[in-house]
Amino acid sequence: MSILPQLFTKPTQIAAAPHLMRGLRPFAKAPHQVRGRTLLLIALLATLSGCSADWGWYVVDPSTKSGWLNLKFLLSGLYYTILLSVTAILISIVVGLLIALPGLSKNPVLRGINRFYVEIVRAVPILVLILWVYYGLPQVADISISVFWAGVIALALSDSAFEAEIFRAGIQSIDKGQYEAAHSVSLNYADTMRFVILPQAIRRILPALGNQLVYMLKMSSLVSVIGMQELTRKANELVVTEYRPLEIYTILVLEYLVLILIVSAGVRWLERRMRTDER
Amino acid sequence: MPIIQLSDVTKRYGTFTALNTVSLDIAKGERVVVCGPSGSGKSTLIRCINQLEVHDAGAITVDGVTLDGSKAALNRIREKVGMVFQQFNLFPHLSIIDNLTLGPMRARDKTREEAREIAMRYLTRVRIPEQADKFPRQLSGGQQQRVAIARALCMEPEILLFDEPTSALDPEMINEVLDVMVGLAESGMTMIVVTHEMGFARKVADTMVFMDHGEIVETAPPETFFTNPESARCKDFLQKILPH
Repeated sequence: MSILPQLFTKPTQIAAAPHLMRGLRPFAKAPHQVRGRTLLLIALLATLSGCSADWGWYVVDPSTKSGWLNLKFLLSGLYYTILLSVTAILISIVVGLLIALPGLSKNPVLRGINRFYVEIVRAVPILVLILWVYYGLPQVADISISVFWAGVIALALSDSAFEAEIFRAGIQSIDKGQYEAAHSVSLNYADTMRFVILPQAIRRILPALGNQLVYMLKMSSLVSVIGMQELTRKANELVVTEYRPLEIYTILVLEYLVLILIVSAGVRWLERRMRTDER
Repeated sequence: MPIIQLSDVTKRYGTFTALNTVSLDIAKGERVVVCGPSGSGKSTLIRCINQLEVHDAGAITVDGVTLDGSKAALNRIREKVGMVFQQFNLFPHLSIIDNLTLGPMRARDKTREEAREIAMRYLTRVRIPEQADKFPRQLSGGQQQRVAIARALCMEPEILLFDEPTSALDPEMINEVLDVMVGLAESGMTMIVVTHEMGFARKVADTMVFMDHGEIVETAPPETFFTNPESARCKDFLQKILPH
């Protein structure tokens, strides 16, 4: 129990001292909202701790040496969780766009290619795809593949089908008159997409793209099954040595929660910024 | 030699025939006003000229280039023909100046400075140079349509097509757009204008074209067209739209 205040001194201090948040300014909501969220977390945890008599927060107590090491060990997974998700989403956005474009064609063969890819890839569960890419692909293609790239490929592949559908919807929502105007000032297809259609489509699909990033951060936890040293894997390993699943997995939940709150604040900030461009 | 030649142009949408063997010659510098009831094929006619609609049969030749389905012919014709739309179709995410410079920079290989200079020249011509850095939605409908005209002019076309340019405007903004168009007509631009603004037609048209059911019913200079139309359909139409 004694660990609780210590665990949360940092966020509360930050919330209470706005000058500490200067670096975070773009993501920041009004200070009272941040404080509200932190208080909610504390309340939640306090309730949880009341449920059981034998919480063992000492495993992650930063005031003790072993607790601090454990905490550092858990947080060290952040690096690969973020690297994996960001690499995968960047690839999947590019691939998704390339898959979406033939889906908008008048040519039925090109549209067929788009449908085929989307339907097949979308039907495979991510975990299955991860296992197949890591254990199966090296045999088929006679290559060796690292855990990291197996994870990136599987996540990106799986997500690209969803990105393709998002892009298709976004591009289709743009008024036909925009194409006609681009046509009438002699823009070719690539320039029409690059300067006229995509900038408008991306503003509209930004919330959906943000969703996919959040989804990707969460699904990256599945890559732990092939040994990727990200957040979930670290937590699993620590549970094996410390036998404190409740505390360690609670920290894991909080790690994902904080990460995703930051990402969604970032997406909202980006949305606001892009909207002001248009006014 | 006419700058635009349409011969037996036909366009169908499924079973509906939007244009039925339409033939029309337009000379360089000629101002043609096309009118007729809605659904008569006026818009389809001018949209075929720059191939926003691809015709099913017949021949279209613009300034010596015949549309033969090739990309090269289409691109050469697109270069010569500018278009102004009923709904303006400005690019909402770009400032006015960027709306105007995009085409010249990407399709005419102009530098940013050259393109800006051209853009400011035409913005001045449509009398709104001070709006250059605003975004389309900050402008009134009349101003937006004038920007759209300037955008078309920035491509320095031989021919300008107007597809009901004042139909989406509030009444008090119609004249500012028509004034700009009258100025253009006086400068010798070849213009084909689909409109119901008969005052404008009387003032600038060399030729009036009346369409109904996908056919050109009557072609005449405005004097005869307004005072002594030949066909009954045209008489009937004029009676309906001219002020009493």
